[in-house]
Amino acid sequence: MADFLLELLSEEIPARMQARAITDLDRLVGDELRGAGLIFETSEAHVTPRRLALHVTGLPHASPDTVEERKGPRIDAPEKAIEGFLKASGLTLDQCEQRETPKGKVWFAVRSVPGRPTPEILTEAIGTVLAKLPWPKSMRWGESAFRWVRPLHGILALFDGVALGGTVEPVADRRYVLSDLTQGHRFLAPAPITVTSFADYRDKLRAASVILDRDERKTMIWQRVEELAEAEGLMPRDDPALLDEVAGLVEYPVVYAARIDEAFMSVPDEALITAMRSHQKYFALLTQDGKLAPRFVLVANTETSDGGAAVVAGNERVLRARLSDAKFFWDQDRQHSLGSRVPRLKQITFHDKLGTMDGKVDRVEALAATIAHDVPGADIDRVRSASRLAKADLVTGMVGEFPELQGIMGRYYALEDGEHAEVADAIADHYAPLGPNDQCPTAPVSVAVALADKIDSLVGFWSIDEKPTGSRDPYALRRAALGVIRLILENKLRLSLRGVFAAALANYPGAPDETIADLPSFIADRLKVSLREQGVRHDLIDAVFAVSGDDLVSLLNRVEALREFLDTDDGANLLVAYRRAANIERIEAKKDKVNDFGIVDEGSLREAEEKSLWDALGKTGRAVQPLLETEAFTGAMAELAKLRPQVDRFFDAVTVNADDAELRRNRLALLSEIRATIDQVAHFSAIEG
Amino acid sequence: MTTRPAIADPPGSFQEIILRLQSFWAERGCVVLQPYDMEMGAGTFHPATTLRALGPEREWNCAYVQPSRRPTDGRYGENPNRLQHYYQFQVMMKPSPADSQGLYLDSLYALGIDPGLHDIRFVEDDWESPTLGAWGLGWEVWCDGMEVTQFTYFQQVGGIECDPVPVELTYGLERLAMYILDKENVYDLPFNAPGGNGAKTYGDVFLRSEREFSAYNFELADAPTLFQHFKDAEAACTALIEARKALPAYDQCIKASHLFNLLDARGVISVVERQAYIGRVRNLARQCCEIWLDAA
Repeated sequence: MADFLLELLSEEIPARMQARAITDLDRLVGDELRGAGLIFETSEAHVTPRRLALHVTGLPHASPDTVEERKGPRIDAPEKAIEGFLKASGLTLDQCEQRETPKGKVWFAVRSVPGRPTPEILTEAIGTVLAKLPWPKSMRWGESAFRWVRPLHGILALFDGVALGGTVEPVADRRYVLSDLTQGHRFLAPAPITVTSFADYRDKLRAASVILDRDERKTMIWQRVEELAEAEGLMPRDDPALLDEVAGLVEYPVVYAARIDEAFMSVPDEALITAMRSHQKYFALLTQDGKLAPRFVLVANTETSDGGAAVVAGNERVLRARLSDAKFFWDQDRQHSLGSRVPRLKQITFHDKLGTMDGKVDRVEALAATIAHDVPGADIDRVRSASRLAKADLVTGMVGEFPELQGIMGRYYALEDGEHAEVADAIADHYAPLGPNDQCPTAPVSVAVALADKIDSLVGFWSIDEKPTGSRDPYALRRAALGVIRLILENKLRLSLRGVFAAALANYPGAPDETIADLPSFIADRLKVSLREQGVRHDLIDAVFAVSGDDLVSLLNRVEALREFLDTDDGANLLVAYRRAANIERIEAKKDKVNDFGIVDEGSLREAEEKSLWDALGKTGRAVQPLLETEAFTGAMAELAKLRPQVDRFFDAVTVNADDAELRRNRLALLSEIRATIDQVAHFSAIEG
Repeated sequence: MTTRPAIADPPGSFQEIILRLQSFWAERGCVVLQPYDMEMGAGTFHPATTLRALGPEREWNCAYVQPSRRPTDGRYGENPNRLQHYYQFQVMMKPSPADSQGLYLDSLYALGIDPGLHDIRFVEDDWESPTLGAWGLGWEVWCDGMEVTQFTYFQQVGGIECDPVPVELTYGLERLAMYILDKENVYDLPFNAPGGNGAKTYGDVFLRSEREFSAYNFELADAPTLFQHFKDAEAACTALIEARKALPAYDQCIKASHLFNLLDARGVISVVERQAYIGRVRNLARQCCEIWLDAA
């Protein structure tokens, strides 16, 4: 058994592409090896900004011998056919075997194929990787047509401690030698390094100021960030996405703390943090009470002879320039009220077919005012103000520079203008929740505006038939739908979805009602996805959605009551009885080629069990209706439970398929009645398991 | 061990940085050109880059300073970092040399930037010019967190695939100079050797120009006239394309592009129209590139 080590050394690979690249590298090489019959023990990939590396262990020195069989013509086939077969398989007749088959005696060409040396297979695998590794964006350089993410400079390929040697040529004019050479850190250790094993590779790289393992780099960085913060009595602002990115920008992380000029600390924290992280990749430090401290942490890629003095001074200077921009915007933006900016939303396109942002604001305001009636505690005037101002920060300098501050800056500017705190908060919160883990607004004004914004988008895009398909969801409508669901459920809003959709559609003059016919079922699908993640059975949702899909809170209560009911003996048995009834009914309906068996004729009920079941169904039906209306779902289930002994006795004592045709029809109709009575509460037919 | 030239002493003035870069790239076989005599938004617009990136010869190395006009970036001389007129130092090498990064780093060493003291990084930044129909992949080069150069392997220009592929280096000279000469305000940069007779700062040379041109760009430029000029340039370009004279046609395309930038600064082009104007300039650029290659 032996190891394989591969390293692809290139110019700097974009940080965001690195994780995916090594997953693909691992998969492609693994597929090639397995495809060639090579079994291995482990395979592990690594990435730094300049290199992709793969270490495969437990490889044999050659692939196993195999036997290749090829079926030919019958032995009494015309000579031409046999000749053709021999030509195609490259054998003479005495090298072939005769075998008995159901079609008579047939010629078989049987050839043993010797295994191939592993290095040969590895060399081919490297060629495949160069041709197939799927970069999100790739490029050509120099005079060749070969594409890679950035210029690829060298390939180290070691099997059993020895360079594979030879070359790969992904295209005719681009050739790589498969060597045992690599390079260390670009500045700290640029000399060539000869490598004899994976351990040797990893250790020599470390000595040459390259930390191969990405997770180790992350740990190094974060530990140091915490130490530096602690030294000043501060704590780092958690930022896993930034940590991921920064670990992809350095081969040798060196972490420094630096200062933010006090002059900038009057600018809102979010703006400072965004300016630091989005352009400069700096970590923010917080005081113990969670406020931004006038410090930041930077991660350099090199050690310097002055202990980082020039690096820190340089980065502080860059940040001053960045923040003076941010401060400039903060000062400028506050010279005009948010309200005075609303007309300029005419200049921003919402969507080519759906008009500009000022139109969106008008629609959201109208819809939010309607929705506010169903949001307890929502002050209509504040809902209207918040709606009007919600998008106004899009035309401020700060949001123009840092789009991710939309909403957040609006809140600050609204407070500066003396708007009510509920209005300001609603401006900040109306984009939320942005996904399943984002905080969901609870303040009434925020809830109304957030719902209106999302529903307006859903209905608008539905009206122009721009719906999500497969993985394509350019307008994030699935996220909007989930937002609607969370806003309604987490705030227990009693809202008719169809009613709200119709109100939203009325704001798009000329859009026909049919365009949003399937929007409720889209919401139902998203609800299923969301509840499935929380462990709620999607079949129960289907069962309930069929009878009440319009009010999500009620729907969920009913699902919960149903789940509890099915866990009881009565519930489980009633489900069995329901299925039995439904099955008989279906089979007999098919036999008779009819859709249903009409209504129950009371006079034709003969046996006591029939009569008492009929009575019980009537009673249950009458008892369930008012309970459903008052959403006493558990009570409704309890009423259903009372049916169980009657149904059981009926099946025990009564022959449904009686000889008398009318009697049979009447009993089948009675079965339908069982189903119909239960279906009032939930469609048990949708329940699985 | 790769040998690198020793780190030079830092230059003492803005113009010395230009002189160093010129002689550095001249020594490496570049044709050192002078600025193109038209207003343009970036050094890439110079025909020595745009057209020569495509042909006719397979090998073309050039370097030049290009004044770049960005009317919307004007700040009346009041922002220490933003200018409506600034200088780019532009290098294009075709085909891109195998060690493009190394060559580039050598140029930083020639400017006295020592990787033993500074953190130099290549951070993903893909470049695109919608008006030129051009794009490429590369990085912004960081020195201690400061973007000092745009480094791009051109893939397409004028909608045409580049073959061979050129590498383009664009040094933002003012920003680089502020870093090297340790100034926080662009106007404080020593333009020539400081201290002596005739010593001038960047502000001595350009402050008045920034003030007056900001006023022109934002307030005084006459929109109807500019719209007319745009139409005229577009018409002239189209006529010259018809006559298959690539270089004069391309001059008119440069003109149209700058007029669009001025109109944009005046705030008279709406968001929707903006895309349409960019499309019109790109269409001109594409045709200029096509006849440049055809007529070669």
